[in-house]
Amino acid sequence: MTFKYNNIYINETSTVAGPYEAKGPLAKLYDKTYKDLYFNEKTWEQAEIKAIKESVEILLKKMKKKNKDVDVHIGGDLLNQIVATNYASAKIAIPLIGIYSACATSTLSLMLASNMIEANQIKNAIVTSSSHNNSAEKQYRNPVEYGGPKKEYATFTTTGCATCYLSSEKSNIKVESATLGTVVDMGITDVFNMGAVMAPAAAKVINDHLKDTNRKIEYYDLILTGDLGVVGKMILKDYMKQEYNITLKNYDDSACMIFDIDKEPVYMGGSGVACLPLVTYTHILNKMKKGELKKVLLVATGALMNPTMCNQHLSIPSIAHAISLEAVK
Amino acid sequence: MEKKEYKKIVDKYTPNEPRFRNALIAFVIGGFMGVLGNFLVEFYSSTFDLSSKDASVFMIIILIFIGCFLTCLGFFDKWVGFAKCGLIIPITGFAHAMMSAALEYRKEGLVTGLGANMFKLAGSVIIFGVISAYIFGLLRLLVMGG
Repeated sequence: MTFKYNNIYINETSTVAGPYEAKGPLAKLYDKTYKDLYFNEKTWEQAEIKAIKESVEILLKKMKKKNKDVDVHIGGDLLNQIVATNYASAKIAIPLIGIYSACATSTLSLMLASNMIEANQIKNAIVTSSSHNNSAEKQYRNPVEYGGPKKEYATFTTTGCATCYLSSEKSNIKVESATLGTVVDMGITDVFNMGAVMAPAAAKVINDHLKDTNRKIEYYDLILTGDLGVVGKMILKDYMKQEYNITLKNYDDSACMIFDIDKEPVYMGGSGVACLPLVTYTHILNKMKKGELKKVLLVATGALMNPTMCNQHLSIPSIAHAISLEAVK
Repeated sequence: MEKKEYKKIVDKYTPNEPRFRNALIAFVIGGFMGVLGNFLVEFYSSTFDLSSKDASVFMIIILIFIGCFLTCLGFFDKWVGFAKCGLIIPITGFAHAMMSAALEYRKEGLVTGLGANMFKLAGSVIIFGVISAYIFGLLRLLVMGG
């Protein structure tokens, strides 16, 4: 299912990131970074709430707007009951649509906001996407201080929140179209190999998008997947070729861009809801504004993992949603 | 594409664990832990004039304390990540599993957090430790007569 938009623009963005991101290659581009994963709060969950709250505050400050000027806040995170977004929203006080689509939440919320603005139901919206390394580790895996070995092909959850403001007021970045993803399950049960879990969902949504829009893969200057990591990236390229006969050329993965993989203890790269938007709202949008990139397809990928289902030996399904951005003058 | 075919693609790109290297590290560090334990037993039995049975209890207490203390200082997880089974199989691994869970849930209250979750990882070690001790004890009784 692909939606076409005529008049949706990204007007402003803001980013708050954690210590590992602040040591990465995009460090200087974030609006605010913290040296400690607690963000001066008592717990990791509260740190994530703070990240969301602050990134919205920074965004509103940049735009000289107040919370009552924004019609809708759409956002989500990885925690149970999307608790970080819900608690942050109590402080942000903008009508909320909380969503969960694992790490594909970022593009799904952009899509929902764009649909509502295009239908003239709302005038503008803010979209938040957040994740926190330790709160996610705690919920999905083992206690943070537990050093039980991880596979070397695991990925490392990104800490931070990325927010953007969408409206029909013209800007340099246009949201051109969006494709809603389908849940795919290719039978992977390895909880560390998230790239392998998510690659088929990414491949499917890219193929669906190209089919629906009658485009060739060369149409895009960059196809950026969310958080496949080094291993998932290679799997996607191979799978895409074999299954859909599409060769990915102008392709990268934000998991491989957000950290300094060789120097930081991040295994095969980043993951988490915030990974793709932290890279996109800083590095990618900068490039688009400079004219180095014109047409970009964002494909956020989400592993719909649940420890209970994993313990019941069920394989992990995944989903991916695509958003096409265009630089306009 | 069939799931089997996809699995082939996944296996092609997923790096294999360096099992030999891991085993070697675990062997050396685990061995060192054994030497340390034995040294402590000897030390206690000669210095405090304890029987070796009592001395090994003191040795276990000391190793558990070290495991817990270093976990609290926040870098033992990195040591365990490196040494893998070299530090997980000895009593230090058990202490580390309990302490890390206790630290994690302390902020959710003493009873509902720490108390309820402390054995999250280590609980199954106790359960199956007791069951296997029972079975082996029974076997010993049947085969060797006690």
